[in-house]
Amino acid sequence: MRIALAATCIADAMFPSAPIATVKILERLGHTVVFPKEQTCCGQMHINTGFLDKAVPVIENHVNTFAPVLDNEWDAIVIPSGSCAGAIRHQQAMTCTRAGKLELAKTATAVAAKTYELSELLIDVLGVTDVGAYFPHRVTFHPTCHSMRLLRVGDRPYQLLKAVEGIDLVELPSADQCCGFGGTFAVKNADTSSAMLADKVSNIESTGARVVSAGDYSCLMHIGGGLNRKKSDVTTMHLAEILASTKEDPYQPSQPWDTSHVIEVATK
Amino acid sequence: MSEARAEILNRIALALDGVPSAVASMPGAERPQEVPRAYRADSEVATGSAQALEILVDRLVDYRAVVHRAASECDIAGVVAEVLSDAGSLVYPDGLDPAWLSKLPASVVTHEDSLTAPLGVMELDAIDAVLTACRVAVADTGTIILDGQPDQGRRAITLVPDTHVCVVYAQQVVHLLPQAITQLALHPTRPQTWIAGPSATSDIELNRVEGVHGPRNLHVIIVGG
Amino acid sequence: MSTFLGIPGLRKTQPAHDPNILPGTAPIPDEPLRWGQDFPHAAREALKNEQMRRNLGHATATIRAKRAQVVGEAPDWEDLRDTGSQLKINTLAALPALLEQFETNFTARGGTVHWARDAQEANEIVTALIKATGETEVVKVKSMATQEIGLNEYLAEHDIAAYETDLAELIVQLGEDMPSHILVPAIHRNRAEIKDIFLRRMEHTPEGMTDAPRELAMAAREHLRKKFLAAKVAISGANFAAADTGTLTVVESEGNGRMCLTLPETLITVMGIEKIIPSFTDLEVFMQLLPRSSTGERMNPYTSLWTGVTPGDGPQNVHIVLVDAGRTKALADDVGRAALKCIRCSACLNVCPVYERVGGHAYGSVYPGPIGAILTPQLTGSTGHSDPNNSLPFASSLCGACFDACPVKIDIPSLLVHLRARVVDEDKAAHRPTGWGAAMSAASYVMADSKRFALAEKGTGALRALAGKKGYVAKLPFPANGWTQSRDLPAPPKETFRQWWDRTHPQDSDPATQNNGDNNE
Repeated sequence: MRIALAATCIADAMFPSAPIATVKILERLGHTVVFPKEQTCCGQMHINTGFLDKAVPVIENHVNTFAPVLDNEWDAIVIPSGSCAGAIRHQQAMTCTRAGKLELAKTATAVAAKTYELSELLIDVLGVTDVGAYFPHRVTFHPTCHSMRLLRVGDRPYQLLKAVEGIDLVELPSADQCCGFGGTFAVKNADTSSAMLADKVSNIESTGARVVSAGDYSCLMHIGGGLNRKKSDVTTMHLAEILASTKEDPYQPSQPWDTSHVIEVATK
Repeated sequence: MSEARAEILNRIALALDGVPSAVASMPGAERPQEVPRAYRADSEVATGSAQALEILVDRLVDYRAVVHRAASECDIAGVVAEVLSDAGSLVYPDGLDPAWLSKLPASVVTHEDSLTAPLGVMELDAIDAVLTACRVAVADTGTIILDGQPDQGRRAITLVPDTHVCVVYAQQVVHLLPQAITQLALHPTRPQTWIAGPSATSDIELNRVEGVHGPRNLHVIIVGG
Repeated sequence: MSTFLGIPGLRKTQPAHDPNILPGTAPIPDEPLRWGQDFPHAAREALKNEQMRRNLGHATATIRAKRAQVVGEAPDWEDLRDTGSQLKINTLAALPALLEQFETNFTARGGTVHWARDAQEANEIVTALIKATGETEVVKVKSMATQEIGLNEYLAEHDIAAYETDLAELIVQLGEDMPSHILVPAIHRNRAEIKDIFLRRMEHTPEGMTDAPRELAMAAREHLRKKFLAAKVAISGANFAAADTGTLTVVESEGNGRMCLTLPETLITVMGIEKIIPSFTDLEVFMQLLPRSSTGERMNPYTSLWTGVTPGDGPQNVHIVLVDAGRTKALADDVGRAALKCIRCSACLNVCPVYERVGGHAYGSVYPGPIGAILTPQLTGSTGHSDPNNSLPFASSLCGACFDACPVKIDIPSLLVHLRARVVDEDKAAHRPTGWGAAMSAASYVMADSKRFALAEKGTGALRALAGKKGYVAKLPFPANGWTQSRDLPAPPKETFRQWWDRTHPQDSDPATQNNGDNNE
């Protein structure tokens, strides 16, 4: 399959390890990955902050970038983020319609229908649960609100993780509770957000896991920020990074934000 | 007052009359349309069946009601007598089957209440227990429904005394709430009291505690089945 | 007493700490829908109260588990939600006809219908009705509508004593506090605090009363029994009003509702106009949705239904006051109107991670939590940029738990976004420059074009400089300092994804940008 990658703005700039890992998994499975260079962002931040008009040009850029999927230029679009996939599927068309851009809304809906979060792509489109990964560490998984409630990915990430060789997957207490990120909520309501994060961090630490994983680097940035502040030994890793790890090309958990392992692996 | 009425109705009309915004005209936006009704309106669990009774009993006990069984109509009086043996006084509605009281020990002083000769609130407060029939019972939710007919009496009599003994015939036990509503809708304007267990509160730390202002004891006598 | 509608007002500030007042008590405000500080500041204060946080954590965890169990028992739960939602949508769209139908049926059965445009008018009507009976005391069933209009305070100013009879309302009233939850107004109190309030404020408490919930409930029974038996006038709200029969419904647990609805001679019900349901038989839907969603019970202990007057049984002087008080304003917003579907179950509060940590008082309204964050600003309307209610739509991480729990499928996260946009648009229309506006404009400009975005990514070098050798940033300048109060920020990587892509997939790369990978420093 030819699969277009939407890297997400935050991962492109701050956490390239997630889209890099996504590329590695898909190429390992024999697919061709394409990175349409005009992409930037899905518009989620503007929408959720209430700046719906300002989101429109951002959405327009996203939709135009990925519209070739409608002409079968690619078979599908993959995005390694539950919240960005959620925004694409549930907010872009609404925002365009509100601004009176009905044609754009229609195209956005059509592009969204071909856009998949990573675990959805692997299981629903490519039909694999065992991606041949090897990761001999204790891992706990935070399901993230938008993956759970906007996308309804259900247990797909767990299916994928359970198939990883060597993994010690442990349940996260109160996993379904929000970590408190919520985009600008973390800044505008910093005290409340911090209280939510404190509970999430202590639940993560109670598992004794070496790694906390999620399908979304925005939540992981938040959780990792709390872990790092606490000088915790727990590392954050995107689901894609664990799935990309193999015996030949292993990913090592390191300090929370030392992503050098990824860069090193990638440069080999 | 009629001025307020006219203005409110006018405000609503204006509010609803607005040209729908782009968002409201979107697919999936909330618009009036035919109401989907895929929920269970009927049940495979037959009315009055052993299974219906089993569910009812399970729910009643869960909510701390005390359940008694009477094998048939003629056993009601005996069970009533047993349940109320310690009561000093009893009130009953004037339409109650008098046979139900026939075996009460002489120590129980009985009072009849009716729409035309109602007991006062203070009189009711001095009475220990009340005995009534019911209109219908819902197994799934453990609910017994009274609709104020002569065998159930005025609402006050099942409220003020501290013990309510209610007789439920097996054939009155439906499985699901919609089945009960179908019956109640035949006479919707009758005053209704739906009862699920004795009076309770969850106001302290959201833990349920039985026994506040309504009757603190609920006894249910299931007849037949 | 001020009318709260249309009159711009600043929130009352908290009085200096009084040692006789329990921590966590909110003083009774002038405006029941707009009090205290804006949400971020009120939340900061609330978060300092660790006892309250423990109380809330315990209570909400309990109710979440109970709700999950009884919802799990209903195989047709989603079908019931679909029906409940559509019934409410249809009701709102047909409101004038349904209200008139209700009025006709309720009146035909001997009841009297009154209409109130705002809180002031509703309070005046109720007061006049009570005065006409010659009574100076009334008993009350828990009612959000009367909370919302500040009825008790209005009555007190007119020498009428209103006694709350719901246990939690009693706790709040005795504690001279404000409710912090729609269903369990005293949820911020634990048993020890409740015992303390009873000992201080009840005339008689049982000898040796402990803080066992059962004993506290018994104390409340004794306290209120005489009042119930002597009451001549009662005031209630209503959960549902069936248009096709004129039937009113009150859903409760303790029997205080039955006491009020049955024993007095006069019954005055105050109800928001959105509480209408089309048909009596629709109760088969709502009476399955409401108890399971609110208290996590298959059915609440008591439900009372009455239609006007029943000769010889119950109150013979029966009134209903139909209240607008901002509802038509909310209705006019064709997106925001979905908030009026609410049946006040409070499931959204119990599952909300924000509510669980800050409690209800931080919302500055008798309607707290997720539903409060969308309902309150719509009922009051905005008084401008400094209106503290404008902060409510932002009081959410948009985690979506509320939408999942809502029995009538109110898409609260989407409505929050809609109301956020309303606040933003209001600023824009007033040509009011804001820091966020400037930042979002800049971000929009950058993110609408990949070349500008790639250029901006290089600008993250500043952040890397800030991070230095340790690899993360522990202190950011305003306004991002909110982030670093509890979280670090990682240093941006040496290589962005698109630079990595160009380097590793040169055959795919646009020659114009191909060399970006090695000049990023």
